[in-house]
Amino acid sequence: MKITALGAVELGKKIQAREISSVEATKEVLRQIDALDPIYHSYVTVAGEQALEQARAVQKAIDEGTLTGTLAGVPVAIKDNLCTRGLRTTCSSNILSNFVPTYTAQAVVNLEKAGAVIVGKTNMDEFAMGSTTETSFFGVTKNPWNPDHVPGGSSGGSAAAVALEECSYALGSDTGGSIRQPSSFCGVVGMKPTYGTVSRYGLIAYGSSLDQIGPISKNVTDCAAILEAIASYDPKDSTSVRRGDTRFTEALTEDVKGLRIGLPRDYYGDGLDGEIRDAIQKAAKELEKKGAVIEEFDLGLVSYAIPAYYVIASAEASSNLARFDGVKYGYRAKEYDGLHSMYKKSRSEGFGAEVKRRIMLGSFVLSSGYYDAYYLKALRTKALMKQAFDKAFERFDIILAPTAPTTAPKLGESLSDPIKMYLGDIYTISVNLAGLPAMSVPCGTDKNGLPIGMQLIGDCFTEKKLIRAAYAFEKTREFARPAVVLERERKEREDGKNI
Amino acid sequence: MAKTYETVIGLEVHVELATQTKIFCSCSTAFGGAPNTHTCPVCTGMPGSLPVLNRKVVEYAMAVGMATNCEITRYSKFDRKNYFYPDNPQNYQISQLYAPICRNGFVEIETKTGKKQIRIHEIHMEEDAGKLIHDEWENCSLVDFNRSGVPLIEIVSEPDMRSAEEVVAYLEKLRLIIQYLGASDCKLQEGSMRADVNLSVREMGTETFGTRTEMKNLNSFKAIARAIEGEKNRQIELLEEGKPVIQETRRWDDNKEYSYAMRSKEDAQDYRYFPDPDLVPILISEEWMAQVKAREPEFKDAKMARYQAEFDLPRYDADLLTDSKKMADLFEETVALGAPPKKVSNWLMVETMRLLKESEQEPDDLSFSAAHLAALIAMTDAREINSTVAKEVFEQIFREDADPVEYVEKHGLKTVRDEGSLRSTIEAIIAANPQSVADYKSGKKKAMGFIVGQTMKAMKGKADPAAVNQMVREAMEKQ
Repeated sequence: MKITALGAVELGKKIQAREISSVEATKEVLRQIDALDPIYHSYVTVAGEQALEQARAVQKAIDEGTLTGTLAGVPVAIKDNLCTRGLRTTCSSNILSNFVPTYTAQAVVNLEKAGAVIVGKTNMDEFAMGSTTETSFFGVTKNPWNPDHVPGGSSGGSAAAVALEECSYALGSDTGGSIRQPSSFCGVVGMKPTYGTVSRYGLIAYGSSLDQIGPISKNVTDCAAILEAIASYDPKDSTSVRRGDTRFTEALTEDVKGLRIGLPRDYYGDGLDGEIRDAIQKAAKELEKKGAVIEEFDLGLVSYAIPAYYVIASAEASSNLARFDGVKYGYRAKEYDGLHSMYKKSRSEGFGAEVKRRIMLGSFVLSSGYYDAYYLKALRTKALMKQAFDKAFERFDIILAPTAPTTAPKLGESLSDPIKMYLGDIYTISVNLAGLPAMSVPCGTDKNGLPIGMQLIGDCFTEKKLIRAAYAFEKTREFARPAVVLERERKEREDGKNI
Repeated sequence: MAKTYETVIGLEVHVELATQTKIFCSCSTAFGGAPNTHTCPVCTGMPGSLPVLNRKVVEYAMAVGMATNCEITRYSKFDRKNYFYPDNPQNYQISQLYAPICRNGFVEIETKTGKKQIRIHEIHMEEDAGKLIHDEWENCSLVDFNRSGVPLIEIVSEPDMRSAEEVVAYLEKLRLIIQYLGASDCKLQEGSMRADVNLSVREMGTETFGTRTEMKNLNSFKAIARAIEGEKNRQIELLEEGKPVIQETRRWDDNKEYSYAMRSKEDAQDYRYFPDPDLVPILISEEWMAQVKAREPEFKDAKMARYQAEFDLPRYDADLLTDSKKMADLFEETVALGAPPKKVSNWLMVETMRLLKESEQEPDDLSFSAAHLAALIAMTDAREINSTVAKEVFEQIFREDADPVEYVEKHGLKTVRDEGSLRSTIEAIIAANPQSVADYKSGKKKAMGFIVGQTMKAMKGKADPAAVNQMVREAMEKQ
């Protein structure tokens, strides 16, 4: 099997067994990027030289026996809103187009300790605001299954890079579905952990109370191993949670006997694509066959999720993004007349339309006279949604839902109608509002051959249940790979290049 | 008949807390480092950095709240105050609006007109901003973030004060409480204590408040008193002329003794306060409150009473010594080393205060050790040095914390006890001044003073004056 086709854990085991070296694996990944990225554009920055250097250092440590973990030497792609020391971190925005951090995000530090090799920084919607990766200052990323379609967003670059095998796995961030939705659109596995599980230190904030870093991978095994590596209590993040149950790989068993799975009727009504409904109901049947108990129920409050989310996330964003002012770092307008002119021009030229829209929305809902009517009401809605989930989890271990109402839309269709785009987040957003863990797992393709993802939602701190169910389901089907990747492999085989 | 007016004043007092590290990161709060050396990603607002609350800040704020009779908020939160300015690296200040840590307190002040309670509306915690430096030569501005993130508390009073005298008494009271707690050194000149004055005037007997102005840039108690006087008169003049007082922020210029409008209410910014999602609520338990309460020091009033009872000091002494924690500490330490309390008090009240005044310093600037003062008192008591020499030595202690034993030794200042050399000196002087002897004999007793003076001069001041007097008298009687 070709190196790039291997899962992260599979590759890591081969590296530990000295069957493949980290340098070899890294070179293969860089070759894949060279071949595919000009078309798909998953990356904002590819750190080829740096990655090879890191691979050599890691390999030395592996040879000396000091790095023995399954992720040691395995190439990873990092979403471009996670700070990496000495490596440009842009948030896919003009305003940070020249920003090189002086420190590395804690989640990435954790990966580096495990011996990860960082191959580059992936494209995203500007400041993680968007569902298509089309708002990036550096241009769109294309869907690996069909380049006429979007990869989803905002972690579209990370999801596409994993599907295109331009890395063994990737990190994304999820504020309202930004890991799960692109994972679903790109046919890969993505998880948003319980809020507080992965340190946010070094994640450039969008909506601080909702943001969470998580893995995007080819399979469930990798997802568990990556989460195990990045989860940590971090005294530098006040919202970080001390939890002792982070041996997530222990949950990689097929045992779902007696697992109570609830299907919220509110998530399967109007607006959901029929093919997606069928695919998920089929998946539910598979889990039922393995002993899970499936039942439908009413979750409630679903229609309030989107307005509450856009109020809270935009309010926080309007304040979080205030620091980008051209004074200390990042883009500064070339010509200006005095301080206020510098602020205005730098920010006007530095931010894209969607970011400006959310800053305006957020500033509005926080302004005096509107705070109670919008922001406080949204916070109350958030609390109510948490209660609705609490009630559901008295009856169920897992909630099974679609990840998105449709498969990946065509490029250019979404941005012209932002409200429609916002509605696409309907199934993912309430999970962030309630701080819950959830993962998206591929469960089929539609008539156009685009992937469908199903979403497993758990109560706080029950990632292991999700992993168990996802792992059991994964065993019932073949892993599907995009045609472009298979085609490239076939050509290389014909050309007699390494297989 | 001319109208009489009443001045209504409320204060917002910012106090810089004496923590070792900043409020949301572990950078040093030390004053005076090279620009941007006490900084990190957090206090420079780097993308992705997150604040973590310094517990000590909460404890200091709680301690000040308890000492000013406030209710402690058991579930307190931080909010973001959003505004753009280059000294504010995140372009929001982390402060407290919705749930400040302390509320509804008061302090009691005493002025010529008697005792009065000044109510405290709230005390909240917040971070300081950086410092802007405008480079006139290069025509650019630079930012130093060393001060960014230094912890502050803001103490907001109710509009309970009616005169500059009350304002100064209130500030003195706050300063003493906070200094005794060790929560801050409260130096107005250096900005570790800053007061903004909210002032309005109204006709005597009116129930409603007049329109108020807020005055900033007040760096001494004297400036505050002058600014209050100036602003009061300005507002009264406006009212007398039938003009309205405009609600605005004004900047006091103490050199010109006049205030200038900075911004009016119309320019007031909407700070878009909201709870900071990066920080978790502060939960204050009974135990935590009890721990902080248990560490509460003895405050001025209790100390004064104790000094009078335990050391038999006059009320005047006790009052003066406890006016500064530094002074009270020095007093207690010196007494603990065995020095007689009244003598220690005298040195501190007379010579120390004189030298402080001479060098334009405050009691907080005192830097000499109790051990050296105690040693000086012991030497004087043992009559090893006379009082003139003692004052000279004390000045060295005051200025350089000199060791009095070493200093006296080095400069040969010990009282000369060699009776033989003293006697021969006196005899020589008497022999050289027959007229004085004759005057003395004829009843002009003052003539003896001249001989004593000459003797002291010849002994370079090191003789014991009592012994010289005795010997001169004996020698002249013998003539």
